[in-house]
Amino acid sequence: MTYTPEMLENIKQVEATRSQRLHQTFPAMSLEERTKLLNTFHPDYIKESMREIRIGVEKGSRMPNELADVVEGRPHIGADFDLSQPEFETDVLIIGGGGAGASAALMAEEAGAKVTIVTKLRFGDANTMMAQGGIQAADRPNDSPAIHYLDVIGGGHFDNFPDLVEALVKDAPQVIAWLEQLGVMFDKTPDGTMMEEHGGGTSRKRMHSARDYSGAEIMRTLRDEVRNRPNITVIEFCPAVELVADKQGRVCGAVLMNLETERYFFTRAKVVILSTGGGGRLHYQGFPTTNHYGATADGIAMAYRLGAKLAFLDTMQYHPTGAAYPEQILGLLVTEKVRGLGAQPVNIKGEQFVYPLEPRDVEAAAFLRECKERHLGVVTPTGQHAVWLDTPMIDLLHEPGTIEKALPAMVRQYKRFNIDMTKVPILVYPTLHYQNGGIAINADCETNIPGLLVAGEASGGVHGRNRLMGNSLLDVCVFGRRAGLTAGRYYKDAKPGEPTLAHLETWKKQRDEAGISTPLRSPILLPDYSRKG
Amino acid sequence: MANQEELIPIYIMGKRYDVPASLTIMKAMEWAGYTLVRGVGCRGGFCGACATVYRIKDDPKLYFGLACQTVVKPEMYLGQIPFFPAKRASYDITKLEPIAATLFTTYPETLRCLGCGTCTKACPQELNVKGYMAAAMRGDITLVANMSFDCIMCGLCAARCPAEEPQYNIAILARRLYGRYLAPRSPHLAERVEEIQSGKFDAEIQNLKSLDFNALKERYSAREIEA
Ligand SMILES: Cc1cc2nc3c(=O)[nH]c(=O)nc-3n(C[C@H](O)[C@H](O)[C@H](O)COP(=O)(O)OP(=O)(O)OC[C@H]3O[C@@H](n4cnc5c(N)ncnc54)[C@H](O)[C@@H]3O)c2cc1C
Ligand code: SF4
Ligand code: SF4
Ligand code: FES
Repeated sequence: MTYTPEMLENIKQVEATRSQRLHQTFPAMSLEERTKLLNTFHPDYIKESMREIRIGVEKGSRMPNELADVVEGRPHIGADFDLSQPEFETDVLIIGGGGAGASAALMAEEAGAKVTIVTKLRFGDANTMMAQGGIQAADRPNDSPAIHYLDVIGGGHFDNFPDLVEALVKDAPQVIAWLEQLGVMFDKTPDGTMMEEHGGGTSRKRMHSARDYSGAEIMRTLRDEVRNRPNITVIEFCPAVELVADKQGRVCGAVLMNLETERYFFTRAKVVILSTGGGGRLHYQGFPTTNHYGATADGIAMAYRLGAKLAFLDTMQYHPTGAAYPEQILGLLVTEKVRGLGAQPVNIKGEQFVYPLEPRDVEAAAFLRECKERHLGVVTPTGQHAVWLDTPMIDLLHEPGTIEKALPAMVRQYKRFNIDMTKVPILVYPTLHYQNGGIAINADCETNIPGLLVAGEASGGVHGRNRLMGNSLLDVCVFGRRAGLTAGRYYKDAKPGEPTLAHLETWKKQRDEAGISTPLRSPILLPDYSRKG
Repeated sequence: MANQEELIPIYIMGKRYDVPASLTIMKAMEWAGYTLVRGVGCRGGFCGACATVYRIKDDPKLYFGLACQTVVKPEMYLGQIPFFPAKRASYDITKLEPIAATLFTTYPETLRCLGCGTCTKACPQELNVKGYMAAAMRGDITLVANMSFDCIMCGLCAARCPAEEPQYNIAILARRLYGRYLAPRSPHLAERVEEIQSGKFDAEIQNLKSLDFNALKERYSAREIEA
C-alpha cells in the first residue's frame, strides 16, 4: 500500500525544491484576496449545495441540503407517545458524552446536582476524542485575551457573537489550569513552560498540545473524572430522539432510544444540556469527513422542532488537510499541527501556492483552486484530487525525530499503510470537519427555550462563520463548564410542569402545510454505510 | 471502485463473506451488509471502540488490531471485543499522593503482573504494555505516564492478561497523577489566570467589543504576527 510509481516520480519534484523552500514561505493573502478566493472556491459558496429551510422559526434561512432534509425530517415518535411513566428522573440531563457534555457534568455535579449523561455510542466516542492539534489559550507574556479576541473574531469574519468570544478568551487560561489540575499532561519544557505553537489564523503562538493526542488526553481525563463522581450516571447507547417540554414551553426531559433494543423511553429532568456535537457524517456535498460515526447533527434537529433559534448553519468547515491517499483513510484528519510545525503544501511542480497557515476556509479554497482550476494537483487511482504536504521538512526545520515525537498518532496512521511521513510527503485534500454554527446561545449557554442549554459544537455564535483550530476544544471546555454552572444554578428552583409533546402536533401541521412528506426519520442517529443487496 | 475489485473471503464471527481486498475490517463488515452499532466510534484510530481479534486460516497465531485501521486479509477469522469488563477503581484525584503506594493501594493487582508480555503483543498501538506495567510495579509514575501516553483504552491488553490486570486503567491513574502533581508547573499560566481575575484585560476587550465592523477589521489587519 505504498505510493504508485507516478506518485514516487512526482515526489522527486517535491524533494528538488525542498531545500530552497525551507527558508522561504509563500506570502499570506490580504483580506480582499481571501474574500475573492472564498467566493469562487469554497464549498459553502456553491449555491446548489444549500437550500432554504421551509418550516420553523428560521424558515427561509439557508443550510446544506443534507442538513435541511434532516432538520425538516419526520420525528421518531408521535405526539401521543406515553410520557406518564418516566423511566428515571434526574436534576440535569446531559445529552451527548463528548468534551462539552463531560465538562458540563463535572460543574453541575459540583453545584450539587444529580446528573445523568446519555450518549449515543460509548462515553467519549466523540469528536473530542479525535482532536489532535491542540487547544488555544492566551497565557504567554507576549499574548493576551484581547489579542486572542481579535484572532477569533477576524477568523470568524467579524460575525461572531461578541459576548461569546469574550467568554471564550477570558476563560481560556483558567480552563487550561483546570485541565491540568484534573491531570491532563500538556506538552511542556523541563521548566514547566507550556510548549505553544501557531495554528491557522493565530497571531501568537498559543496552541497547547498533548502530543497529537490533545483531544484524546482531554477526553479520557474528563471521562475518568466523571466516572469518579458518585452523583453522575452515564448511560451509553441511548441517544435522545426528542426533547420534551412542559405546557409553558420549559424543557423538562427527553425521549431516548435504546440503540440496541430500539425501545423508546421517557426521562424527566429539571434542566437539559444538549451537547451532541456536529454533523460531519451527513457528508455535505459528498465530502468525506473527519468526524466520528455518531456526528449526525441530532441536536440541531431536536432543538429546532421545539423552536430553538439557529446561527451560522450556512457555513461548514472543510479542513484543508484530510488524508487523500490511501483510500482506506480517505477524509481522516491530518492535523493542522503538521503545518504549524512547518510542513508546506506544494503542487505537482513542487511549488508552494499558498501561505501554509491561512484560516482554514481560505487554505481549503486554495487547495481546491490548485486542483480544479490550475490542475496542478495529484490525481490518485480512485480519481481523488490531492496536493502534497511536505512533512519531511519538519525534521529539517527543527531537529531529527521531531515528527515522531510531536506527531505519533499521525506517523502511526501512515505507517499502518506503509508510508513513512518522516521521509516522504503525504497527499491531502479538504475534508468536512466542523459545524461552525449551531443552536444560538448566550454566554451562559442559554437558548431561546427555557430549560434548554447548549454547549460545544452543537451551539452557534462563538466562532461566527469560521472556527480557528484549537478554539473548539477550548469552546467545549469553556461553554461545557458554563452550561454546567448555569444548570447548577437553575435546577434548584426549576419546577417543571406536566410534560407534553404538543410541539410534535405543530411540527406535523407545519410539515403538512409545506407539503413535506419525506419519510426520513430524524434525528438519523447513525449514517447508513451498510451495502444493500 | 470497490465493485470491480478482487474479492477475498473473510469470516465475520464464523460466517463467510467475500469482500473487496482493499477495505478495512470495519468497511468490509459494512460492505457485507452489517449496520454497526457496537464496535465502532471514531473510525479514525483514536477511541478504541473497535478492538478486534483475528486469526488467519491454518495459522495458529492470534492477531490483534483496530477494525477501522486494519485492512482485511484472505481467510481472516474475525471476532470483536467492543466492551471488556476490566476493573476500574474509583478515587478522588485531589486526595491522592503521587507516590508508588497510591498505585498499589488503588490497584493492588498491579503487583501480580507476571511479566509475560502477552499484553504487549496484543496492543494495537504497539505500546510496550509489559514495560509500563513493570514501571508501575516499581512505582515509577512518570515512566508509566510517558510510556502509556498513546493508549486508546481499547481493552485488548486486559482481555489477554493471565493475571487479570486492568493495565489501561492503572495507566490513566498514573497519567493523571503525573499531570496534576509531578509535571512542572507553568509559571506564566498561573500569572495570567490571576491577571484575568483581577480584570486586567476587561477594558481592552470592552473596547474591542464596541468597535464597528470597519474599525475592527482595521485592528485585525494591523495585527503583528509572531514569527
Ligand atoms: C478529527 C478531528 C480533529 C479535531 N482537532 C481539533 C483540534 O486540534 N483542536 C480543536 O480545538 N478542535 C479540534 N476538533 C474539533 C473538536 O474536537 C470538536 O469540535 C469538539 O471536540 C466537539 O465537542 P462536543 O463535546 O461538542 O462534541 P463531541 O465531542 O462530538 O461529542 C458529542 C457527543 O454527543 C453524542 N451524541 C450525538 N447525538 C446524540 C444523541 N442524539 N443522543 C445522545 N448523544 C448523542 C455523541 O455520541 C458524542 O458522545 C477536531 C475534530 C475532529 C473531528
Ligand atoms: S499480560 Fe498481564 S501479566 Fe503479562 S505482562 Fe502484561 S500485565 Fe503482566
Ligand atoms: S495499552 Fe491496552 S488498552 Fe491501551 S491501547 Fe494498548 S492494548 Fe489498548
Ligand atoms: S473506531 Fe475508534 S479506534 Fe476504531
